[in-house]
Amino acid sequence: MDAVVASYLPIIIFLVVCIGIAAALLIAPFLVAYRNPDPEKLSAYECGFNAFDDARMKFDVRFYLVAILFIIFDLEVAFLFPWAVSFGEMGMFGFWSMMVFLGILTIGFIYEWKKGALEWD
Amino acid sequence: MFEDYIFPGLIILLQSVALLVALLVFTAFILYADRKVWAAVMSRRGPNVVGPFGLLQSFADLLKFVIKEPIIPSGSNKGIFLLAPLISSALALAGWAVIPVSEGWAIASINVGILFVFAVSSLEVYGVIMAGWASNSKYPFLGALRSAAQMVSYEVSIGFVIVTVLLCVGSLNMTDIVLSQKDGLGTHLGLTNSLLDWHWLGLFPMFVIFFISALAETNRPPFDLVEAESELVAGHMIEYSSTPYLLFMLGEYIAILLMCALTVILFLGGWLPPLDIAPFNWIPGVFWFIFKLCMVFFMFAMVKTIVPRYRYDQLMRLGWKVFLPISLFMVIATAAFLKFTGLA
Amino acid sequence: MLLTGLGAAFFYLFAFVAIASAVMVISARNPVHSVLYLILTFFNAAALFILTGAEFLGMILLVVYIGAVAVLFLFVVMMLDVDFASMKRGALDYAPIGAMVGIVLASELLIVLGAQFIGVGQPGSVASPTPDPLTRTNTAALGDIIYTDYIFFFQIAGMVLLVAMIGAIVLTLRPTRPGVKRQNMGKQVARKVEDSIDVVDVETGKGL
Repeated sequence: MDAVVASYLPIIIFLVVCIGIAAALLIAPFLVAYRNPDPEKLSAYECGFNAFDDARMKFDVRFYLVAILFIIFDLEVAFLFPWAVSFGEMGMFGFWSMMVFLGILTIGFIYEWKKGALEWD
Repeated sequence: MFEDYIFPGLIILLQSVALLVALLVFTAFILYADRKVWAAVMSRRGPNVVGPFGLLQSFADLLKFVIKEPIIPSGSNKGIFLLAPLISSALALAGWAVIPVSEGWAIASINVGILFVFAVSSLEVYGVIMAGWASNSKYPFLGALRSAAQMVSYEVSIGFVIVTVLLCVGSLNMTDIVLSQKDGLGTHLGLTNSLLDWHWLGLFPMFVIFFISALAETNRPPFDLVEAESELVAGHMIEYSSTPYLLFMLGEYIAILLMCALTVILFLGGWLPPLDIAPFNWIPGVFWFIFKLCMVFFMFAMVKTIVPRYRYDQLMRLGWKVFLPISLFMVIATAAFLKFTGLA
Repeated sequence: MLLTGLGAAFFYLFAFVAIASAVMVISARNPVHSVLYLILTFFNAAALFILTGAEFLGMILLVVYIGAVAVLFLFVVMMLDVDFASMKRGALDYAPIGAMVGIVLASELLIVLGAQFIGVGQPGSVASPTPDPLTRTNTAALGDIIYTDYIFFFQIAGMVLLVAMIGAIVLTLRPTRPGVKRQNMGKQVARKVEDSIDVVDVETGKGL
């Protein structure tokens, strides 16, 4: 067996077993439990009245901004992983190269802080 | 054919089932322990009816969940509505595939183990978003929105903390991360192979940041704004009943245990004994691992009882304006320290 | 590297699911289902990366694309109130442009593939041969060259991220509403008893 397949096969089998257990639990009550649905029981949870409209609505753009900033910082972290792993074998050049990279992104971070993109109101 | 594929496959299958069953039973008792700790702090008794000292409470709860009527709201998106709890619990369980509970005791010892756990914890947000959208109800929608922004905010600092530890380790393999903690600060201080060698001492600020971020990442109090019962009743789980609800709770607790295990592996020396002398190193590593896991979980449980809930703006401020700059600075400081002292 | 046995079986499985779910992305009626199929496609692409030995790229695909980018997509599609039915009606007008982009992409792929056989550049034009995975893991091998041999591309990536950050802020940030009361944590914590409480000895019957 190929080395990669040999080391990842357990994960695939484990994943299948996990999904199997979760699915068995999910299906169980549909097989054994008493079911007697009526329209009131199946209506959306509200404070004593019927829902006015569809629950999916527009919301503050700030949530998108958080998601976009997260993508950028996540990529920054992704670049840091191989750097950290080969850090021991790397000379000063590799170290300063990453410092410049982090410096550039810190400028962006300071800009975002000063602009108030991190404020929540 | 048989010797190459089927036999090893069967062994892995048996190992997987054994680990998952052990994990689920352990989770049942952890749930009970959580409730007992919570009750003790409030001077209540906690669950004490089912079995001796109420030890079997979680199993009674499981039975009750299975025979409860499952409800699928008429306005919901049925497929995604049922997929959400499945994803959130299966993903939390999947992270355990790479966790070594003792030397060589991992289902899969892959080269990028820590990245796999990082990936799994970043995918857990899907269960919440899908549940919130598929329910087609106001409270779940708001809960999902809050949760998504919260989980991604703390993920960044978790990433930086992991990178700091990796700088001291030089490998993404979980077993290597534990074994690298045999030689650390304690050895330089003259106490070889002891608890002073583990990363918690050398990287203490990161240990604290990781612990708090883990609370936020798993939506644990004081960061449980997703299901803040006074505002959102139960957040994304409102429309769920019976085992779909159980799966969310199970996923939540397994994810908490996964974060505890990650804390143990990254900072508390995994299965290593606290001192490498006679009575301690007789005890098998797996017991040390479970012991440390329970200690970290005890801290999770205590935080839940004694810290009041954060407000949403405070939560975002803590994640973006406190943890992110500190952890970024610590990455640079640790790297510079290692490079200029010639330790790496 | 040729995959054999179980590896080949997994390759065909992941490749088939990837293509099938990619087809579902563009044919699903509900845009949310489209994004979910897109996630499935990403997932299979990650599995294919791992199968070729690129473990790090596979995991980063999981973390960045599924864990971050697809979350944003799902956010936009689920929560934004876009009328997708009317958007779909006009979709056929874009067919020529779509076809052109497709042709360009396909020909670029062909050129890359063809370069192997025709020999553009030197034979073995790979600048850094992959080290033996048994001695140096995939992640470490990447780390050995990205920050030194490819420093120019690496810094450009940093610039791109900076531009993306500034762009996102410029495009989405609205001026804050007037009259918002904010908490000043530093001030709050720095407050002392003397600043806030005055102990006054009040004489009976006089008041303050």
